[in-house]
Amino acid sequence: MDFIQFIKIIMPLTLASAAPIISTSLGGLFSERSGVVNIGLEGLMMIGAFTSATVTVLVEPSLGVLSPWVGIIAGIIAGGLFSLIHAYVSINLRADQVISGTAINLLAGGLTIYLCQIIFNQQRTRTFLYGIKKQEIPFLSDIPLIGDAFFSKVHITSFIVILLAIIVWYVVFKTPFGLRLRAVGEHPGAADSMGINVYRMRYIGVILSGLFAGLGGSIMVLSQDIQYTHMSIHGTGFIALAALIFGKWHPIGVLGAGLFFGFSQALGVIAFQVPFLSKLPYEFFWAFPYVLTIIALVVFSGKSAGPRAIGKPYDKGER
Amino acid sequence: MKKALSLLLVSILVIGLLAGCAEKYSEDVSFRVGFVTDTGGIDDKSFNQGTWEGVQKYAEENKWKEGRQYKYIQSNEEADYIPNLSAFGDDNYNIVIAAGFLFGDSMTEVAPQYPDTNFTIIDMVVAQPNVASVVFAEEQGSFLVGVAAARATKTKKVGFIGGVDFDLIRKFHAGFAAGVHSVDPTIEVIDQYAGDFGNPGLGQQIASTMYDQGVDVIYHAAGGTGNGAINEAKGRRENGEDVWVIGVDKDQYEDGKMADGKSAVLTSMMKRVDVAAYNMIQAAKDGKFPGGEIIALTLADDGVGIPEENPNLDKAVVKEIEDYKKKIVAGEIKVPATMDELADFIK
Repeated sequence: MDFIQFIKIIMPLTLASAAPIISTSLGGLFSERSGVVNIGLEGLMMIGAFTSATVTVLVEPSLGVLSPWVGIIAGIIAGGLFSLIHAYVSINLRADQVISGTAINLLAGGLTIYLCQIIFNQQRTRTFLYGIKKQEIPFLSDIPLIGDAFFSKVHITSFIVILLAIIVWYVVFKTPFGLRLRAVGEHPGAADSMGINVYRMRYIGVILSGLFAGLGGSIMVLSQDIQYTHMSIHGTGFIALAALIFGKWHPIGVLGAGLFFGFSQALGVIAFQVPFLSKLPYEFFWAFPYVLTIIALVVFSGKSAGPRAIGKPYDKGER
Repeated sequence: MKKALSLLLVSILVIGLLAGCAEKYSEDVSFRVGFVTDTGGIDDKSFNQGTWEGVQKYAEENKWKEGRQYKYIQSNEEADYIPNLSAFGDDNYNIVIAAGFLFGDSMTEVAPQYPDTNFTIIDMVVAQPNVASVVFAEEQGSFLVGVAAARATKTKKVGFIGGVDFDLIRKFHAGFAAGVHSVDPTIEVIDQYAGDFGNPGLGQQIASTMYDQGVDVIYHAAGGTGNGAINEAKGRRENGEDVWVIGVDKDQYEDGKMADGKSAVLTSMMKRVDVAAYNMIQAAKDGKFPGGEIIALTLADDGVGIPEENPNLDKAVVKEIEDYKKKIVAGEIKVPATMDELADFIK
C-alpha cells in the first residue's frame, strides 16, 4: 500500500466514523454552553438510532429510497422529545444533572429494546433495505487526488455534519441568540437581570442537544449497521462527550476533535494492512486510538474552557 | 349499554370455553425442559434463537405446551445467569440448556448444586459430571464456505474478519483458509481480527479496507461487528461492485437483503445449535444423557454446514461443496483446526 492509496482508504473511513461523533458533540455543546451537563448523549443517540431504524423499516415499502431520510428526521425529533425529560428534571426540578443524564442512558437502553420487542417481536429492529449509502459527491469527486480521497465513497451525511459545525459556530458566536445562550451558561444570575429567560434558554440548549444527538444516532445506525441492536451505539455518545471537552466547547474544536477520533480509529483498523506496521501485535492497534487520545489531551491541554455555571441548577430566588 | 357489555362478556366466556375444548397439548409434565438465554435475547437470530428453535421442534413433535413442559428465561444482564440457571434447578427441571461461552463460569458454579438435573451447555466446555458440553467442528463448516468463497472470487483475494483472537475463532479461520486453498492454492487469504464482537462501525471499516485492496469475498466470524461488514457489502453491491460477504452461525441471507430483493450474503456457515439442543433433549428423555462428556457435532451429524437454500450460489458450486462434505465425512480430508495444522495442510 503506497501513501496515496493509504490516504484514499483512510479518509473516507475517518469521515464515516467521525460524523456521528461530531453531530452528537455539537448537541452536547448547546446543552453545556447553556449550563446543563448532558451525560445522557449516549442514550439520546440510542433513541435517535432506534427511531430512525424503525421508521426506515416501516416506511420502506411505500417510500423506497426516501425512507432513510424520513427515518433521520424522525430520529432527530425523537431525540429532541426524549431530551425534554433531562431538561425538565435538571432545569425545573433542579436535580443533579449527572444523575439525570445517567438515568437517560439507562432508560434509553432498556426502552429501545423493549419497544423493538413490541413492534418487531424481537430484541432488535428488522434489517432495513435502504440505509445511507456511500456515494461519489457530484463534481467534487472529479477533482484530481483530493476528489478521490475526500469526496469518493463517502456518506453525504458526513458533509452535512461538517456544514452543521460551521453553522453552529456562527449561531453560537455571531448571533444574539448565541450570546444569550453562552451568558446563561457563564453567569445565569447576570443574564437573568438583563431580562434573559434563563429557563427558556436552557430548555432550548437541552432540546438542541437532543436533536443533534438524535441525528448522530440516526447517521450511525443507518450508515454503519444493518438494524438497530443494543450494540449499535456502543459508547459513541461518551466519545462525543470527550470530543466536546477535547474541542474546548468550541464548534470548530469539536469538529477537529471528532475528525481526530475518527482518524485514530480508522488508523487502528488500517494499520494492519500497512506492510511495515502489520508486524506489530494486534493489541497495539486496539489500544492505538486511546493512546493517541491521551497523548493529544496531554499535548493540547491547558486552561479548561468550560462554561462557568455548568452543572449548577439555576434558582431564580437565590440571587 | 349494560346489555351490550354483558353480551360481550358472555361471548368471551363462550369463546374461552371453546378454546379450552380445543386443547391439543400433552398433560404429562414428568419431563420438563428449561432454557436460559444470554443477554442477546431469545430472538438474537443467533445462538439463543437457534437453540430455542431446537427446543421448540422437540416440543412440537411431543405436543408440549410452552410454560408447561418447556420454557425459557430471559437474562437481561450477566448477573442474571446464575439465578436463572438455579431457578430451573430449584423447580426440578429435567434438563436445563444454555448456549454460548458466556455461560461457562455460571454453569460451572450452578451445576454441582443440582446433581440430579441434566445441564447442557452449547458451544462451550464445562467439566462437571452432570453437564453435557456440545461443541461444533466449526473448521469443517468454514471449510465449505471457503470453497464457496474460492469459487466466487474473481480477484483471487478473499478476506476473513474475526471477532476476538482466540482458539475458537482461529478454528473458523483455519478451516476457511484450508477450504479456499483446496480449490485454488493461488488465492490469497487476508485476515484481520477486530478485537470486539459488538462494534458494527469497526466491522464496516475493516471490510471497507479489505474491499478497497481488491478483496471481493469476506467471511466474518465476528457477531455484531460482522453486521458492519454486511452493511459494507450491501452498499458496494448496490453501487455496482461485485463483492460478497459470508455469514456465520445462522443463515444470514435476510440480513444482507438489498432494495432489489437480492442479498449480499453469498452463503453462511451455520452452527446447528438447534440440532444440539434437540439431540440433548432426546438423550435426556431416553435416559442416555451424556453428562460430563464433550460432544462434538461435525458435518457427519449435520451439526455444521451451509443453509439448505443458497440463492447466490450456482448449482455446480453447491454440488462441489456437497462433494467436499462427503470427503470430509469420509475422512479423506482432515480439516485443520489451528493455524499450525493449517500450515501443515497448505504444505
